[in-house]
Amino acid sequence: MKNTLKRLASVLGKSGALMICSAALAAASVLLSLYVPILFGGAIDQITDGGVFFAPMAEFLVKAAVIAAATAVLQWVMGIINNRITFDTVRTVRAMAFEKIERLPLKYIDQSASGDLLSRVIADVDQFADGLLMGFSQFFTGIVTIFATLGFMLSISPRVALVAALLTPLSLFVARFVAKNTHSLFEKQSKIRGEQTALIDEMIGGAKVVSAYGYSGRSKDRFGAVNRELETTSRRAIFFSSLVNPTTRFVNSIVYTAVCLIGAMTAIAGGLTVGGLSAILTYATQFTKPFNEISGVVTELQNAVVCAQRIFELIDEPPEPSDSGLPALPEIKGNVSVENVSFCYSEDRPLIRNFNLKVSPGQRIAIVGPTGCGKTTLINLLMRFYNVQSGRITVEGQDISQVTRSSLRQGYGMVLQDTWLRTGTVRDNIVIGKPDATDEEVIEAAKATHAHSFIKRLPQGYDTPVGEDGGSLSAGQKQLLCITRVMLSAPPMLILDEATSNIDTKTELRVQRAFEKLMKGKTSFIVAHRLSTVMSADMILVMRDGNIVEQGTHDSLMEKGGFYAELYNSQFAHG
Amino acid sequence: MTPLLKYFRGYRAEAFSAPFFKILEAAFELMVPFVVAAIIDNGISTGDRGYILKMCGVMILLGAVGLVSTLAAQYFAAKGAVGFSCNLRQALYDHIHDLSFTEQDGIGSSSMITRLTSDINTVQSGLNMTLRLMMRSPIIVFGAMIMAFTIDFRSALVFAVTIPVLTVVVVGITLKCIPLYTRVQKKLEKVLLSTKENLSGARVIRAFCKEPQEIERFTERNDDLCREQKRVGRISAAMNPLTFVIINLAIIALIRQGAIQVDGGRLTQGLVIALYNYMSQILVELIKLANLIISIPKSLACAKRVADVLEIPSSMADGTATEGNNSAEYALEYNNVSLRYSGASADSLEDISLKLRPGETLGVIGPTGSGKTSLVMLAPRFYDATSGEVRVFGRDVREYSLEALRGMFGFVMQKNRLFRGSVRDNMRFGAENASDGEIEEALKLAQAWDFVSEKGGLDAEIEQGGANLSGGQAQRLCIARALVRRPKILVFDDSSSALDYATDARLRAAIGSLDYSPAVVTVSQRVSTVMHCDRIIVLEDGRCAGIGTHDELMERSEEYREIYQSQIKTGEGK
Repeated sequence: MKNTLKRLASVLGKSGALMICSAALAAASVLLSLYVPILFGGAIDQITDGGVFFAPMAEFLVKAAVIAAATAVLQWVMGIINNRITFDTVRTVRAMAFEKIERLPLKYIDQSASGDLLSRVIADVDQFADGLLMGFSQFFTGIVTIFATLGFMLSISPRVALVAALLTPLSLFVARFVAKNTHSLFEKQSKIRGEQTALIDEMIGGAKVVSAYGYSGRSKDRFGAVNRELETTSRRAIFFSSLVNPTTRFVNSIVYTAVCLIGAMTAIAGGLTVGGLSAILTYATQFTKPFNEISGVVTELQNAVVCAQRIFELIDEPPEPSDSGLPALPEIKGNVSVENVSFCYSEDRPLIRNFNLKVSPGQRIAIVGPTGCGKTTLINLLMRFYNVQSGRITVEGQDISQVTRSSLRQGYGMVLQDTWLRTGTVRDNIVIGKPDATDEEVIEAAKATHAHSFIKRLPQGYDTPVGEDGGSLSAGQKQLLCITRVMLSAPPMLILDEATSNIDTKTELRVQRAFEKLMKGKTSFIVAHRLSTVMSADMILVMRDGNIVEQGTHDSLMEKGGFYAELYNSQFAHG
Repeated sequence: MTPLLKYFRGYRAEAFSAPFFKILEAAFELMVPFVVAAIIDNGISTGDRGYILKMCGVMILLGAVGLVSTLAAQYFAAKGAVGFSCNLRQALYDHIHDLSFTEQDGIGSSSMITRLTSDINTVQSGLNMTLRLMMRSPIIVFGAMIMAFTIDFRSALVFAVTIPVLTVVVVGITLKCIPLYTRVQKKLEKVLLSTKENLSGARVIRAFCKEPQEIERFTERNDDLCREQKRVGRISAAMNPLTFVIINLAIIALIRQGAIQVDGGRLTQGLVIALYNYMSQILVELIKLANLIISIPKSLACAKRVADVLEIPSSMADGTATEGNNSAEYALEYNNVSLRYSGASADSLEDISLKLRPGETLGVIGPTGSGKTSLVMLAPRFYDATSGEVRVFGRDVREYSLEALRGMFGFVMQKNRLFRGSVRDNMRFGAENASDGEIEEALKLAQAWDFVSEKGGLDAEIEQGGANLSGGQAQRLCIARALVRRPKILVFDDSSSALDYATDARLRAAIGSLDYSPAVVTVSQRVSTVMHCDRIIVLEDGRCAGIGTHDELMERSEEYREIYQSQIKTGEGK
């Protein structure tokens, strides 16, 4: 919690000048607004039971009008500044969170529920913003009001002021007591909300499977259970936090009464005019009000702090170590070697052990094996999405952990099994690796991968918007776009992960021919189950349970009659 | 918005009690200036200390009673607001589940998620505030005016003028802000989308080293959001200062008018102060109201977004039949079926007819985008045919209740999903009461038992979206999930694409040997996967380009021959 506040302070520090402005305006507008009751008191004193002195009264009233107008202007400017501070801070925090997401190790992203991360960046930041805005618009004014009112009261009647000053802090104690007990409730609420968001994310994202399998009813029940839990927690959190207001208000009414009593007694003794009493009563309400508000603000801020905590947890997550001091890879020819590499996702389940591989420029390496044998893991390591636990991988003789990630990754063109398209146009999705590509280049690449023919039939051709997650495009079309993307950026090395598995064979044949062209002279790693794609490889790695069990060309492996031959022969095995 | 009111169900008493107790509290508060006036006019002027003391006692009593009412009000408000939101959230969640795929596609999942989470949270806090303060403020405002009229008619006219002016200001600013808040929400959705895409596409973005551009893109959207927020902020920030000026001008008028009345002997000094106090009370209340009202348009805008989704009817009317005709000749029949997706300009399927007996197998093959998935999606009514009819076990699919219809299917989708939880939970997804034995059997059939038992058996945990599984493992679990249901019709929509040929072949053999002999529909790109089917349909551009057995098609269909030769040729060597 302390840490969170420190982080918050450092974030807010950026708007330091504005905050000083805001504080100054708060002080000025409060002082002016508090001066108004004195003027009204003065005016009321001109009304006596013996008669009314209209001329001096008018003077007081004109002054009051001018000051009220000035106050309003100051308040307005302050409001705008406060908005700016709040929204700028939110923007900064969101940007920080997002930048962190871009720099986090993939391991963190793979292991977190995306709904939970989303709820931190969206809902928590919002909640935090609301708390912050409330804090700003009321905290400064509150503090200034307290001191200024006290000053004004002292100037009218020290005795009455003393009563007010001594009794009011009572409400602070009450507020603190309540706030302390609500903090944990809000924390719990945040946690349950996170759970609920994760469930929503999962069930709504998988809505089609849910309805196909008749899971709707149970999905609703599960949601109902979390929802009810949330209901109980929220109700308690909200109720207990809302106790602050009425209890402090009750303390205030006691203060008000005490001021009234002492004031009236003083007035009888002649130490106070009726106008003065009226002013001091107004002050008494105004003096206690910020105490209420501050306690309300404290609850809101507390809630905000809980949210901030969750956001900073994300922001403070250690990113991938910076590689800015490292050299970039020199020109990539395609020499890759894997030396004694071991790797596992979790300690207790070793996956790849003592893996060795040497690849010369232009070679084509096919990786085959039963599903789950560690083929995708190899990509994670080659691209440095994950780091090896021991051994090393080199490109052009350079250990890839000793060069910049971007220079390594730019050397590869990758097509994954899970196609990923972003919202934007078809063209946006193709030029992702080469943003300055001309239309001709885009079309050329699309023709090479045979994506052109379906793209031109889309309603707006290359400018057709692609919805979230590819929207209405078919799996094969999405895959073609992903291939075109790589075709366009023409990197020196390629990684193809079962890339063609969703394309019909007729198209695939053509794509393969295009790939042939693309792969010429380039080092390529192909993770594929299609033996047809594999047979033209310079080297085939046959993987099983994380290990390379066989290594060689198609012919030599067939001759050997081992695991590869078994895989091959089952290709057309009848069901 | 009124249709949302029904979600107060079960919390109506609370929704009424909260404002009621607030009114009570307000009423007690309104008595205070009268007591003060009495102290000034009767106590101070006559120097009666006992009277002052007594009146102060009355004030404390008013405060205490006020406290009790407020506590009650806060409790009921919290219960009512939270209860309402939970009802609403559940209803929305249920409703989304009940929508057909067409509507779900139209809304988009990130938009549904914001509505279920941040929108409803905003509605909740708005409602809670409304229940607590919304009633109180008008009561104090109008109560103060009524009290003023009982004190002095002419002075009270100042109230009668001030209050409408204030109302115009407050309501005007609110109305101006509502559409702006809607825009803010839209911008927020873009920010959400960016974040979501960057989480799901982390690998691709990093592979292309697009992090800086993505940050730039996010910054743009984030700045956009910030700009909109500031714009609304500027307008709503005018509320407080405006009310402040108006009230103070009113007090000035009031003191002047009061002075004239006192001068004429129609009013006492104490009562002028009471009037002044009432006006101040209005100011305090309005400031509270203004702070509240800032959140009201926001809540209303969010409520509207929720209501919008709730108002979307499912385009699919549910039927009533719960059972098909088990002795029907065909498990699945398509009669002249065409399909055009809503908003599309061309048919995705055109005039397709086919028949499949129980126990028979059907292969669907054709190029990407030829309508294979669309074809199989029609059978469990994920979409409705635009013309023609689809029959399952002798009945038009529209006659069945969706639950019963889909219960007959084991549908393995192209884009499949597993859920967070154990393997067992995932296997029971479509078969709630499956025993461990049945699950194990299905896993074995789906060639998934080996890796499942290696991972720790049925209790092995699956991460969200099956993130801890390879593509092939996930596919096999999805297939097992369909088999656990022992469905009458099994559909595989290109669902063995990530499997190697050996596994795929074993899988096909296992399915062929199922003792309850379901009708099996297999969509695939691979000839080897479909060539042994009893019947194969070749699709080209949404039209049927041939239907028959492998041998028949080899003879008759040029498209089929082409596909076959391309695969077998490359399959057999260079």
